[in-house]
Order: sequence, then structure tokens, then C-alpha cells
Amino acid sequence: MTTANENNAMIRVEDLHRHFGGFHAVDGATLEIEKGTITGLIGPNGAGKTTLFNVIAGVLPPTSGRVFMEGEEITGLPPHELFHKGLLRTFQIAHEFPTMTVRENLMMVPGGQSGERLWNAWFRRKRVAEEEAALLKKADEVLEFLTIDHLKDEKAGNLSGGQKKLLELGRTMMVDARVVFLDEVGAGVNRTLLNTIADAIERLNRERGYTFVVIEHDMDFIGRLCDPVICMAEGRVLAEGTLDEIKANEQVIEAYLGTGLKNKVMAGAET
Amino acid sequence: MDFLNAIVAIANYVLIPGIAYGSQLALGALGVTLIYGILRFSNFAHGDTMAFGTMVTILFTWWFQSLGISIAPLPTALLALPFGIVFTALLLLGTDRAVYRFYREKRAAPVILVIVSMGVMFIMNGLVRFIIGPDEQRFADGARFLIRARDFKQWTGLSEGLAIRTSQAITVVTAVAVVALLFWFLMRTRTGKSMRAYSDNEDLALLSGINPERVVMYTWLIVAALATIAGVLYGLDKSFKPFTYFQLLLPIFASAVVGGLGNPIGAIAGGFVVAFSEVTITYAWKKVLVYLLPESLEPSGLAQLLSTDYKFAVSFALLIIVLLFKPTGLFKGKTV
Repeated sequence: MTTANENNAMIRVEDLHRHFGGFHAVDGATLEIEKGTITGLIGPNGAGKTTLFNVIAGVLPPTSGRVFMEGEEITGLPPHELFHKGLLRTFQIAHEFPTMTVRENLMMVPGGQSGERLWNAWFRRKRVAEEEAALLKKADEVLEFLTIDHLKDEKAGNLSGGQKKLLELGRTMMVDARVVFLDEVGAGVNRTLLNTIADAIERLNRERGYTFVVIEHDMDFIGRLCDPVICMAEGRVLAEGTLDEIKANEQVIEAYLGTGLKNKVMAGAET
Repeated sequence: MDFLNAIVAIANYVLIPGIAYGSQLALGALGVTLIYGILRFSNFAHGDTMAFGTMVTILFTWWFQSLGISIAPLPTALLALPFGIVFTALLLLGTDRAVYRFYREKRAAPVILVIVSMGVMFIMNGLVRFIIGPDEQRFADGARFLIRARDFKQWTGLSEGLAIRTSQAITVVTAVAVVALLFWFLMRTRTGKSMRAYSDNEDLALLSGINPERVVMYTWLIVAALATIAGVLYGLDKSFKPFTYFQLLLPIFASAVVGGLGNPIGAIAGGFVVAFSEVTITYAWKKVLVYLLPESLEPSGLAQLLSTDYKFAVSFALLIIVLLFKPTGLFKGKTV
């Protein structure tokens, strides 16, 4: 039995648990990410946001619980299979292939190409060459879009932290993703660059229909981009709604500030 | 004249053997370094993998010889080499499926894989001795020399001879071709790039849609080819004995570590550094010095720094010296 709401869910997580020994990083999270949204995922440090990402993206197996993508169960699938289904993620600390150039980093992304089969690499050079040319063009377009085209021949290991973040985002633009999980894409990035990133996310969402899930601590960034916002604490979903609703939610304030501080803040707000 | 004689003596006893031995070590070290870079462990079974590949090649060589198939003046072993590679590839893929994959899925620590590879080493070691026996086998046929010492003396009129054995020439030509092919593969093809990507950053490679099992499979295939070629070239140049191949592990590891583990260029450089250190330190320099020094200064001894019995000590010493000053090797390697 499927309801209208279920049909609209890009990602559905059911009672997900992930334990590390006795520590319950994700402790019964249930949530839904609607298609076409830019959903914000906030919560204090240690709330289980990144672990939730890791389990959904197949980096970690769940202890229990299930994950669905567009109604199809994807629990425990390896990352490279999820990639081919259009589920992509970026890392909190930017990852790159340090010994390859920026352009090569991007061209590495679209898996399942003819050139990857050894047979084709040797005997069907023309087809491989055509694909490579198309990829090269696309990589250059992406770099231009992200305003880092002057760095295309630089080794990715030499980029600054912010530039690596852009490269991470660029990686998601090399294929037709369905849903992209961004883990603190704005951390350690200056305002100008952050705006570039936000513009890119909005454009991808609008023009290419990407669904985004964004972990972010910068509330301005969340406020500009995200609707709805999901707040996690202690491995569970605490609240869901627009950013203003979340900000007004007492439980959320408590989770962020602790009970004592909350009373002060609330008192301060009243006077 | 004396000066030319000295140069020819050095070329004959140091340069040519050093280049040939260096190429063999480089090919061996490339296999070790690829496994380290991509599968992230030090493969102690590599020497015995070389022995297995060489053994299969020898068996096919014998078979071809009995059938009267020959590619003289080249050794028949070159014809048998592809069969050796195929069987070694099957053995390695089988080992991976039966042994390594289990630990990979458990994400076992590299040190556990090292110990596991030692177990594999003992089994391969036994397998080779069981099939072909522990004795020395010579399987080089075809023309023995490209240039004979006597002919060289006649051409040049020098009293020192210069000989180039066919096996040495084949070693260098094959090594250059294999290395060129390998680098083309790693730098230009998508499969090669996926392997480099996987080596650079495993997590990111997986999240970029690279299938890890495929990368692992190609790695073993390439390693099988490298190990078999290195083993056969060494066997043609010297001779085949399972125990010698087991011992080769040390200079091969020294080469890979000295050059920087996980770095293919380092493996090649390391192979030559180790080979030339071994050859120059264990060579009796008297012959050369006799030509160069006035009679009164001629050495009465052999002027040999170290007996060839101690040649493995050279690899060890070199390893320690390099690691003291450049812990990641001459070329920047990686640490798991």
C-alpha cells in the first residue's frame, strides 16, 4: 500500500540504528526527504547527522533499520552501486584524489564508461576517445560554473580547503544525480565562496531537479536554501519544519543549549 | 689504453649485470608497490608468486622443446611466458577469492593482511616445490651471447673483453617495454585512472562509482604479469631455484621501500639503486684498479668491499640508511 506522500519521497529512513560498541550514534531515526527539496539537517555536534549520511550512502552498514530510495530498498548497498542509482554525497572534510589534477578529479567521476573495460581501452580506442572528449568538455564547463577553471591543471592536493569544497560540489555535477548529500559544504569557506556554493546548489535544484540534503551549522546558509529543516539530537529526529518553526521549538533550543541556558535565553527573549 | 680497458671492465662486470639485475628487481618491486598502493598491504608472497609463474613457464618451455617448437635465437621461454602469466593470474585471482577477499570485506588492518600473505607465501612455496622440486633448473636456450668477449676483443683490440648475454639484452628490452606499457595503462586508460583513484582515496573512489572488486581484479592481473615476467627474466639470466626466489623477496622489498612504497617510479629507481649497490659493493675492483693505478699502488688483495655471501646485507643496510633520512623513500611513497 502506497500513499501519495510515499510516492513523493526521495529517501525514506525507517527506524535506523547505528551503534559503535555501546555508543548509539543513530538511535532510531525515522525521516523522509521529499523529492525536489533542499532539506536542511541540523543538530548539535554528535547528534548523529554524519553517521546518518554514512549509513544512507552505504559507507557504514546500519545496525538495524531500513533505507528506501524512491520506494526501493537500498539498505546496505555498497557506495558504488548507490552512485549508479544517482545517490551522491560529499564529505565534511573535503576528499580529493591528491595526485590527480583538478580536471582529472572531475573526469574520474562518471563511472561505468567504455574505457573502464580493459577490452575497450585496447581495441575500441575511438569510442573511448570520443567519450573522453565529451567528459573533458563537461569538466571544463563545471569548473567554469564553479569559477575555478584557472585551477584545472593544478594537482588537487594543492587546493585550498574552500576550493576542495567546490571541487566536491563539482563532482556531483558531472553526472545526473537524483539526490545529493552535502556534509558541511560551507565549513571553513569564506562568504563569497559560500555564496557561489549556495548559487550552485540552487541552480542544480531548480534546473536539473537535484534533491539536496544539507548538513550545515551556518543558519544563514540554511535559512537561504533549505525548506524543510530537520533537527536531530542524540541520534533521533527532534523536529521538522521551516527554519523559523525549528528555531522556535523549545526542544530544539534545549538540545542546542542545555536546559539551564534555555531558560535564560527564553527569559531574555521575553524581556 | 689502460683507461679504456678499465672502462670496459667496469661495463662488463658492474654496469651490464647491474642494469639487468636492476631491471629484474624493478619489475618485482613494481608488483609489490602496486599491491601496497591499491590493496594496502605488503605482499610477502610476491617472491613465491614469481617462482610459481616461472615454474609454469618452465613447464611450458619443456613441453614446447619436446614438441620441437623454437623461436631461436630467442629462448623458448619467451613463447611460454604468456601461459605462465595466465596460470599465475588464475592462481592469484583464486587466492584473492579464497583468502584476501574475506579480510578485505572485514576491513582488516594492513598488518593482518601482511601475516595472511605470509601464510599464502608458505603455501605457494610448498606448491612450487611439490610440482617442480627444490632443485636448480636451467631453461635458457637459444643463442647465449649477443656480443662475445672474444669477438669484442678482436673488434677493438683491447685486452679486456665485453660480453652481453642474450638474457641480459632481453631483460632490458622487456623491462623497458613492460614499464612503458604499465605507465601508459596507469596514466592514460580509465581503468588505470580508477586504480590510481582507488589508491589515492578509497572512500572517494567508491563514492565516485568505481567498483572496488574490478579494481582489485585488474591489480592482481597486472601483478601476475609483472611477477611472472620478472621471475622468468631472472631465471633466464641466472637460473631457477625456488629458494632463491623466496630470498629475492628481500632485495625486492628493499627496492620498493627505498623508492617509496606505493610509488611506481620509486619502485623502478629503487630497483636500480639496490642492484647497483649490491653489485658495486660485492665486486672485486682489483681488475679495474690494476689498469688505473701505477704499479706501485696496485692492490695485493681483491679490493672487494664485501664478499658476495653478504650481498643481502647490502639491501638491509641501504634500507636502514634511506629510512633514517627519508622515511617515505626517495620518491614520496605513502603510508597505510
